[in-house]
Amino acid sequence: MPEIRVTPLGAGQDVGRSCILVSIAGKNVMLDCGMHMGFNDDRRFPDFSYITQNGRLTDFLDCVIISHFHLDHCGALPYFSEMVGYDGPIYMTHPTQAICPILLEDYRKIAVDKKGEANFFTSQMIKDCMKKVVAVHLHQTVQVDDELEIKAYYAGHVLGAAMFQIKVGSESVVYTGDYNMTPDRHLGAAWIDKCRPNLLITESTYATTIRDSKRCRERDFLKKVHETVERGGKVLIPVFALGRAQELCILLETFWERMNLKVPIYFSTGLTEKANHYYKLFIPWTNQKIRKTFVQRNMFEFKHIKAFDRAFADNPGPMVVFATPGMLHAGQSLQIFRKWAGNEKNMVIMPGYCVQGTVGHKILSGQRKLEMEGRQVLEVKMQVEYMSFSAHADAKGIMQLVGQAEPESVLLVHGEAKKMEFLKQKIEQELRRQLAWAACTETPQHPCRHLAGAAEAGDGLLPEAKKPRLLHGTLIMKDSNFRLVSSEQALKELGLAEHQLRFTCRVHLHDTRKEQETALRVYSHLKSILKDHCVQHLPDGSVTVESILIQAAAPSEDPGTKVLLVSWTYQDEELGSFLTSLLKKGLPQALS
Amino acid sequence: MKIYCLSGHPTLPCNVLKFKSTTIMLDCGLDMTSTLNFLPLPLVQSPRLSNLPGWSLKDGNAFLDKELKECSGHVFVDSVPEFCLPETELIDLSTVDVILISNYHCMMALPYITEHTGFTGTVYATEPTVQIGRLLMEELVNFIERVPKAQSASLWKNKDIQRLLPSPLKDAVEVSTWRRCYTMQEVNSALSKIQLVGYSQKIELFGAVQVTPLSSGYALGSSNWIIQSHYEKVSYVSGSSLLTTHPQPMDQASLKNSDVLVLTGLTQIPTANPDGMVGEFCSNLALTVRNGGNVLVPCYPSGVIYDLLECLYQYIDSAGLSSVPLYFISPVANSSLEFSQIFAEWLCHNKQSKVYLPEPPFPHAELIQTNKLKHYPSIHGDFSNDFRQPCVVFTGHPSLRFGDVVHFMELWGKSSLNTVIFTEPDFSYLEALAPYQPLAMKCIYCPIDTRLNFIQVSKLLKEVQPLHVVCPEQYTQPPPAQSHRMDLMIDCQPPAMSYRRAEVLALPFKRRYEKIEIMPELADSLVPMEIKPGISLATVSAVLHTKDNKHLLQPPPRPAQPTSGKKRKRVSDDVPDCKVLKPLLSGSIPVEQFVQTLEKHGFSDIKVEDTAKGHIVLLQEAETLIQIEEDSTHIICDNDEMLRVRLRDLVLKFLQKF
Repeated sequence: MPEIRVTPLGAGQDVGRSCILVSIAGKNVMLDCGMHMGFNDDRRFPDFSYITQNGRLTDFLDCVIISHFHLDHCGALPYFSEMVGYDGPIYMTHPTQAICPILLEDYRKIAVDKKGEANFFTSQMIKDCMKKVVAVHLHQTVQVDDELEIKAYYAGHVLGAAMFQIKVGSESVVYTGDYNMTPDRHLGAAWIDKCRPNLLITESTYATTIRDSKRCRERDFLKKVHETVERGGKVLIPVFALGRAQELCILLETFWERMNLKVPIYFSTGLTEKANHYYKLFIPWTNQKIRKTFVQRNMFEFKHIKAFDRAFADNPGPMVVFATPGMLHAGQSLQIFRKWAGNEKNMVIMPGYCVQGTVGHKILSGQRKLEMEGRQVLEVKMQVEYMSFSAHADAKGIMQLVGQAEPESVLLVHGEAKKMEFLKQKIEQELRRQLAWAACTETPQHPCRHLAGAAEAGDGLLPEAKKPRLLHGTLIMKDSNFRLVSSEQALKELGLAEHQLRFTCRVHLHDTRKEQETALRVYSHLKSILKDHCVQHLPDGSVTVESILIQAAAPSEDPGTKVLLVSWTYQDEELGSFLTSLLKKGLPQALS
Repeated sequence: MKIYCLSGHPTLPCNVLKFKSTTIMLDCGLDMTSTLNFLPLPLVQSPRLSNLPGWSLKDGNAFLDKELKECSGHVFVDSVPEFCLPETELIDLSTVDVILISNYHCMMALPYITEHTGFTGTVYATEPTVQIGRLLMEELVNFIERVPKAQSASLWKNKDIQRLLPSPLKDAVEVSTWRRCYTMQEVNSALSKIQLVGYSQKIELFGAVQVTPLSSGYALGSSNWIIQSHYEKVSYVSGSSLLTTHPQPMDQASLKNSDVLVLTGLTQIPTANPDGMVGEFCSNLALTVRNGGNVLVPCYPSGVIYDLLECLYQYIDSAGLSSVPLYFISPVANSSLEFSQIFAEWLCHNKQSKVYLPEPPFPHAELIQTNKLKHYPSIHGDFSNDFRQPCVVFTGHPSLRFGDVVHFMELWGKSSLNTVIFTEPDFSYLEALAPYQPLAMKCIYCPIDTRLNFIQVSKLLKEVQPLHVVCPEQYTQPPPAQSHRMDLMIDCQPPAMSYRRAEVLALPFKRRYEKIEIMPELADSLVPMEIKPGISLATVSAVLHTKDNKHLLQPPPRPAQPTSGKKRKRVSDDVPDCKVLKPLLSGSIPVEQFVQTLEKHGFSDIKVEDTAKGHIVLLQEAETLIQIEEDSTHIICDNDEMLRVRLRDLVLKFLQKF
C-alpha cells in the first residue's frame, strides 16, 4: 500500500533552511535545500545525516527540486551536492537557474571573504553544482523516471518562483515553496489547478497575518519615505538584490516622477543593473501589465535610481538607499546602517522578514542597543519601520490556495509553531481538511486512500451507456498487468475450451390436443407472464424464451399427455429452473 | 476515429479529428495564395498600376474591365485581396471542442473559425505562438486596412463568368467562399479564447483524452501534438525541423508508439538545402550592395528573419559591408525584435545559456545598438528622413500584394542594379512578381524552408514506427513539376493514407481497451486462481459506473431481501433477472471418477455406454441420461428439480468456473 512520508530536514516549525524530504510510493524527493542565515555554524545547513547514515545521497534520492532562488531555499545546494555528494538531477525553473548561482556566489563572498569562514563551498563548487540542474518550464510534465513525474506551477513570490506537484501513479504531493496570492507591481499571483493532491505542503510564514490591502501598505511606505526626506533625513531600505528590490524601485520611481522629487535614490551593489537585466529577459515571468507594455516601456529601466558609491553615505542631505543584504546581517546594508543609526532624523525600513539572530531581527524586536563585533555597542536612534512587503501568502492566501488545489490533507511548514497552530485550526474549521504540521525531524506519516488496482477492459466489455450497469468478466492477472475481458475471451486467450453444461427436462402435461397446439398454448401462456423476456414461437413449432428451447412431443403410449422438453445451458440456470417449475403447474384453460 | 480535411494546403493545414467523444481541430491555417490573383495594394498612388488596361473577353465584350486588369499577359482582380478559408460546411464547426495550434503560421484562419461558426471551445497554443501569431495578424490587418480600397469585385466570381476567364483565375477553387481580411477586433476576440500551454504539459479533455504539445524545432514555440487516451495514441506532426536554428530542438522520442501519425507541414522546397540558400542569400546581397544597388527581402516579421539577421551579423563585417544600413520595416518590427529576446526558454540550448550571463539571446540586439539595424513601423515618418541608399530592406508581405514591399517594388523595380531576394517559400516567386512585369531589377530565389524533407521523414518514421501514417495527398506522389523524382514522396509501410480538401477519412482504428478503476472492497472480494505459472484469473461480477469518462467498478448490489408477503406476489415478480449470468465452465469430466462419485452419493443401477464422442451414463431408476463428451455435458431428466440440482452440483465439481 503506497504511503506518503514527509520528513523536514530543515524548516519544520521555523523559517530558514527549507529542506523537506518526501517519500511517496517508494520514491524519495528532496524539496529545497536552503540555509539558515541566523547561524554561522553547522546549524546553518540542513541535517543530511538523516539520509547519509544509511548510504549515499545519490542512491537514496530520486531527485531534488528547488522552488526559488532565495538562499533559505537554495543556499545549501553546493554544500549538499559537492561536499556531501549528490549526482542526481536537480530541478528548477529557468529564471531560478539563471539567478541562483549569482546569489550563491554573493553569499559565499560574504561568508568567506568578509567573515573568513573556512570549510565553505568554493566558486567552482557552485559551477559544478549548477551543471546538475535541469531547467523546467511552467506546467511541463517532467518524467523523472518511469513512475515519478513533476510539474511546476507559477508561485509569484519572486522571479521564477514555482510550486511543484510530485506524482507517482495516483499519489501526489504539492509543495508550494514560498508563494503569493495577490499580484504585485512586478509579479503575478500564484495559481494551481484543481489537481486534488493527497497532500499539500504549504509555507506558512504569515500564517496569522491577514494583511490590509496592498495599496494601503504602499501608500504608508511612500508617506514614510517622503516625510523623512522632506525633513532632511536619510532612508535606508535593506533588500535582497532581486525580488522585493525591483518592486520597491518601480514604486519609488513612479512616485518620484509623479511628485517631481529631486532627492537622489541609490541602489547599492553592482548587481542591480544585472539583476534588472534578468527581469527584462524573463518578462514572461512577470505580471500581466509589465508583459503587455514591455515593448513600449520596459519597467525595469529606471530613470531616477542611480548606482550607489560607498562615499555617498557620508554626503549631507537627504537620500534614499537600497542596500543589500536584506536582513542587515552583513555587507553594505549593515555598513550604512552603522553610519546612520545614531541620527534620529534617519529611518530604516525593513521590507521583509528577518530570521532570528540577524541585526534586522534584533532591531525589529525593539532592541535599541546592539552589540557589534569587537564588543562595540551601537545605539540605534534612527526610526525603525517594518513593512510587510515580502511576498508570502497570508492566512487568506493560504486558504485560497487550499481551495484551488483541493488537497486531501494539508501540511504546514516554513512558519513558526504558534502561528501554524492558529492556521491549522482555521483551515480545519473552514475547509474541513485533515491537517498535519511538522517540526524539524519529526516524521508525520500520511496514510493514503489507495486503489486496489486498475484494469483494462476490452472487447464487449467496453462501456457505452452512461447508466451504471452490471458487468461480468474475467480479470486476467499477469505480472502487474491487469486486464478485464469477457469470459469467452479469457478462455480463448488461455487456450482452454469451454465445457458446455446443458439440461433437458421432461415436463408432462395433460393435454389432449395436437403437439402444435400445445406448443402454441405454451407460447401464449409464457408470453403473457414473461413480459420482460423475449418469447418466440418458431416455424418448426418450438418455443424459445431467450436462449431456452421448449419443444412439445407426444409420447405414443398416452394420447392424453404431452411431454414438453425444456432445454437450457448452465448459464441460463435460473431462468431454466424457473420455467420448468412454472410449466409443471400446468397451462391455464384455453379460452375458446 | 475520423479525420475531416478542411484545407487542401499541406503546409497550412486545418483538420478535424474525432477521437473518442471529443472533436479536435488540428491547426487553423489560412491559404493566402488566393491573394496572388489580385492586384497589389500600393501605399502611395501608383500611376502604373492605376493605368493598367481592363480585361475583355475574346469577343471584345468588356463588361468585366472594371474588375479585371491585365498586366504583361496576366489578368488580376482589381479589388481588396481575399483569402481562401478552410471548409466550413463539411462539419458543424460549433461542435469543435478544442483547437490545437502547432505554430504561428498555422493559426491565421483562427478569427474566421472562432468568431463566425458558433465555436464555443478552447484554443490551445504556446505563449510564443500566441504572441508572434498576434504580430502576424496585426501586420496583416494593418497592411490591408491602411490602404482602403473602394472597389470590391464580385462579378468575376459568378460561376458562369469564371469559366470564361483565363487561368489561373478559371481554376481557382471555391472563389465564392473567399473572404476579406478580419478586423483587429475579431483578432483580439479570437486570441482571447486561447489558453497558454507549455511543452510536455498534459492537458485533460473531458477526462477522455489527453493532449500534449511537444517541441517541433521549426519556430519559436512551435509544437507537435500528442492526442491520446489510455490505450490509443495519435501523433500530429506539423511543421517540424531537425536543423539547428534558433528554436528548441524537436522532441522525437515522445512520438514513438503511435497508432496513427498525421504528417503535415513538410518542406515546400524539398530540393533546396537551407544552409546553401543562406549562403547564396548573403553572396547575392553583398554583390548587389557592392555595385551600388539596393536589396529587397520580402519576408514575414518573425521566423527566418531572425536567422538571416544573425547570419548578416557575422557576415557584413567580413564582407566589408558594415556601413550598409539594414532596415526592417513592419508595423510590428519593434515588437517582433523585442519578443524574440524574451522567450529564452523556447530557444535552442546555445541561445538559452546566453540569458544566464545575462545577455540577449539574439545578436540583432547588438545590430540595433550599433545602429546597423534600424526598424520602422512603415515607410512614412522617421524612415523617410533616415533612408540612405544603397541599403537592405526587410519588409512584408512575401506575397508582394500588400504591405510596404509594394512600394519598394515600384520604387526599385526599374533599375537592374537592385535585387529582390525571395527567402519565404510560401508563394511562387514568379506569380508574386507577375503584376510588376516588365521588371528590370534582378530576382533571386533562395527559398529557406527548414521543415522536414523526405529523407528526414523516412528516417523519422523508421525511428518512431507509427502503425499508420496519414498525410495530405500531395505527399503521396512526387511534385507535379518533378514527376520523375520518386524520392520526393513519403515512402512507408503500410502505405500512407492520404486526404484532400473536403474529404473525410475513417482511420483503421478500433478502440479495444479502457482504463477501469476497481474499488478496494471489490478487489478484496476477488478470488484469483492461478491457471498457468504467473497467470491468474478471477471472475468479476460488478457494477460499472461511468462518470466524466472515468470508469469505476463497484461491488454488485446485494440481492434484495424478499419482502415478507404483504401483497400477494404475482408470478412475474419471481421471474429471475436474466442479466444475472452464470460463469463459463471449462475442463472435462472423467467418466469413471464421475460414476464413482454418483455411487458415493447414493445412485445405484448405473450403466455406462460408449458413444462415438464419449459416453452416456444411464441412471435407469431415475429415468435419467447423462451425455458426457470432451467439452460438453448434457443432463436429460424428468422434471425433478431436487434430482437435477444434485446431479448439476456433482458435475460442477469436476469443472472450473470462469
